[in-house]
Amino acid sequence: MSLRKIKHIGLLIAYVMSIYIFIPDNVYAMHIMEGFLPFNWAAFWWIAMIPFVIAGVRSIKQTVTLYPNLKMLLGMAGAFAFVLSALKIPSVTGSCSHPTGVGLGAILFGPAAMTVLGMIVLIFQALLLAHGGITTLGANTFSMGIVGPFVTYGVYKGLKKLGAPQWLSIFMAASLGNLMTYVTTSIQLGLAFPAASGGVSAAILKFMGIFAVTQIPLAISEGLLTVMVFNILTVYSQRELQVLTAFTGKAITSIKRGVKA
Amino acid sequence: MKLFTKNMIILGFVVLLAVLPLYIARDAEFGGADGQASEAIMELNADYTPWFESFWEPPSGEIESLLFALQAAIGSGFVFYYLGYSKGKHAVNKSDQA
Repeated sequence: MSLRKIKHIGLLIAYVMSIYIFIPDNVYAMHIMEGFLPFNWAAFWWIAMIPFVIAGVRSIKQTVTLYPNLKMLLGMAGAFAFVLSALKIPSVTGSCSHPTGVGLGAILFGPAAMTVLGMIVLIFQALLLAHGGITTLGANTFSMGIVGPFVTYGVYKGLKKLGAPQWLSIFMAASLGNLMTYVTTSIQLGLAFPAASGGVSAAILKFMGIFAVTQIPLAISEGLLTVMVFNILTVYSQRELQVLTAFTGKAITSIKRGVKA
Repeated sequence: MKLFTKNMIILGFVVLLAVLPLYIARDAEFGGADGQASEAIMELNADYTPWFESFWEPPSGEIESLLFALQAAIGSGFVFYYLGYSKGKHAVNKSDQA
């Protein structure tokens, strides 16, 4: 390649980059489109996802066999993720994105259970809506079904331990879980498509810079909606909540008194 | 504070967060983000060709919005079914105790 050619390409890249920086309109959706991850990365995220899915199926089985009457609540947590990820909400940057809704279930049933439920939502959207994809299912599940719920769960536990009020712990947990989902997507895209100047870290930073602004109001919305549902649950489903391990922090087998529905 | 009032205040904030951007970014397109994502990747790495196509795509924007509405309807249907169910159960338990 001649020097001139390199210069031209460099200019083009600088141009594209400046567009991204100055026009925040180019925002990346949480779900990576079908075929838009190189084969190796798609395979890598698929493999990374599998152990979490197995753990999730086990965790759900355990909950359902020990406490059959929590099935409805589990279904509700899945349905919550289903609604929220269908709602594309406008953000201050002038583009739309959507909440994930996995925080509620992660706090109730533990993060692994939400890996499975999040994956089901993603499969529905990939097959029927051409939103996300089957080849990128691994990467998308990793961000929305693994990183999001695990961050939510960790933040919730941490804040509770510090003695924060219930509503604040839930709000922060769900909001940060949502935000981290998008950060993960930026990392995944940055790893697969490094910038010509600055490489992977520059690409990740750029993707994140765009994300942060768009996603913050949506993350707050998700936190608020999760608190709303919890407000209702604490009044009407007190007994179910008492049984739930993730909620009370006790091991599921150590609580023997079941819920009489 | 009563549950209803508390939740209505929170809901107010959520609505505000969704409506305000329409004023703040009046001239923006509010386009879907994923189409732009694919374009951006193509610009970053012009040699990249998507190696897999979706099995099926909604034939039009109308059909797509139908499916999104359906997804939201099924989801919220179940969420509110459960909330109504637990409210009813709670009320019955309460009157039993009384």
